[in-house]
Amino acid sequence: MRRKQTGFWLFILPALFAFVLVVLVPAVKGFYYSFTDWNGIGKNAVFVGISNYGKLLSDSRFWNSFLFTFVFAICSVICINAVGFGLAVLVTNKIKGANLARTVFFMPNLIGGILLGFTWQFIFVSIFEAIGKNTGMIWLQGWLSDQKTGFIGMLIVLTWQLAGYMMIIYIAQLESIPESYLEAAKIDGATAFQTFLKIKLPLVAPAFTIGLFLSISDSFKMFDQNLSLTAGGPANSTEMIALNIYNTAFKESKLGQAQAKAVVFLIVVVVISVTQLILSKRKEVEM
Amino acid sequence: MKMKIWKKAMLILLMLALSLIFVSPILLLLNSSFKELKEIYLDVLALPSHFGIDNYREAFEKLDFVRSFLNSLVITVVSTALIILVSSMAAWVLVRYNTKASKVIFLLFAASMLIPFQCVMLPLVDFMSDLNLMNRPGIVFMYVGFGCSMSIVLYHGFIKNVPLDLEEAATLDGCSMVRLFFGIVFPLLKTITVTVAILNVMWIWNDFLLPNLIINKTGWQTLPLKTYLFFGQFTKRWDLATAGLILCMIPIIIFYISCQRYIVKGVTDGAVKG
Repeated sequence: MRRKQTGFWLFILPALFAFVLVVLVPAVKGFYYSFTDWNGIGKNAVFVGISNYGKLLSDSRFWNSFLFTFVFAICSVICINAVGFGLAVLVTNKIKGANLARTVFFMPNLIGGILLGFTWQFIFVSIFEAIGKNTGMIWLQGWLSDQKTGFIGMLIVLTWQLAGYMMIIYIAQLESIPESYLEAAKIDGATAFQTFLKIKLPLVAPAFTIGLFLSISDSFKMFDQNLSLTAGGPANSTEMIALNIYNTAFKESKLGQAQAKAVVFLIVVVVISVTQLILSKRKEVEM
Repeated sequence: MKMKIWKKAMLILLMLALSLIFVSPILLLLNSSFKELKEIYLDVLALPSHFGIDNYREAFEKLDFVRSFLNSLVITVVSTALIILVSSMAAWVLVRYNTKASKVIFLLFAASMLIPFQCVMLPLVDFMSDLNLMNRPGIVFMYVGFGCSMSIVLYHGFIKNVPLDLEEAATLDGCSMVRLFFGIVFPLLKTITVTVAILNVMWIWNDFLLPNLIINKTGWQTLPLKTYLFFGQFTKRWDLATAGLILCMIPIIIFYISCQRYIVKGVTDGAVKG
């Protein structure tokens, strides 16, 4: 079918126009600003070469938040996917109430990060404290007042929010496993655990690619929950990269510096996401 | 094949316990939201001595709930509708025109999905204030710009599998491109449109950072933004805070219960095809 080129541009223009103005131009400008001393006020950003990147090397607060984000992402990706997959296996059993349970497990996903962070702040600071006092369990007291409990707190919040999402993805994959495979395994005398390990796990592998991809990206880019739960405190010890960039820009007014951090952040996100996709795809083929 | 009874009972019990853990934060919020501040400090775990709704009345007022809710609603609905319109149009021609430009543009949209918001937010604010777009219509425009990438990728994947016959027949009959798209193609995209709508609504409704940067002015604030300011203002006022949080969750829970089937489908399709 031959069509006119004007039709093509007419149809693509509205989306392209918004995209170019909102994403592309700022992205290119941002890259340029990372080489300037831009402070946000006034238009005269002076070109300073790679000095913003140079300063990054000695910025220990940035590297601390980098390391924190990295460790956090690893832990949360494991937690989110393990819990999500566990829930999916549980609710795909033919038992009463399984559908209602799905509804409940998925619900936190719809509540936004700001609300979730504040909700859990109340749970950690108020409820945990009270339970700790009543039962004498000291480890429940003083939550969010140090790095360790801040870390675990954010881990709980993100797992609570995203496990249901991963569950939905894994359910779709589990339900596509032909019934005959499971029947055959049963006739051959496989235990439930063997069926799980040898049939369900390998056949769900394609969904793990997606689950890992989404949870890695969500953990790395986490901002709202970080801001509302700990705000990076105490003493910036739970500040993740996204929040660190935000603070550099808006608390310290070093926009050029913040932009250099953002470029490093972008490179890290792209490298990790692409590596993960390639590795997972290769694994899938092997299985 | 039947499972043994005791095994079934164990699974149901496990599921029940987990469900309880999942809803407990919200139940605990609900419990405290009816109490006076004194009661919360005295024993946060006890049931309220009486069911007062004073907290709700005050939180409702302080959140400027009706206005914040309407701001959120209008921004979410208009942005989502526009995203659906421009993305479906763009994706259609991107699939149907097998040109170099078409391939490059699609790749550009797809690749941009990896860019973290923090990379563009500062120049965006700078640029948008030059264009006088630091207002509610402006933020809608920005949501279209940010949202169209993922939506185009989703539509693109779907349209690839829509057979060409109908479109060819209509073209032979002299149907114009605009009529062809809106009369014949768009209605065929209903299932993926629901998915695109759900994913965008969930994102825009809950989004905090963009409204915080663009429309942080009295009267323009959305619910997440107002919640954040409300919390800053009333730290340690858990009586108001808990009631406020519950208030903000009510619209989401109503939306979830009424559209659950579509939401679950939308999330699955969105993840698998995106």
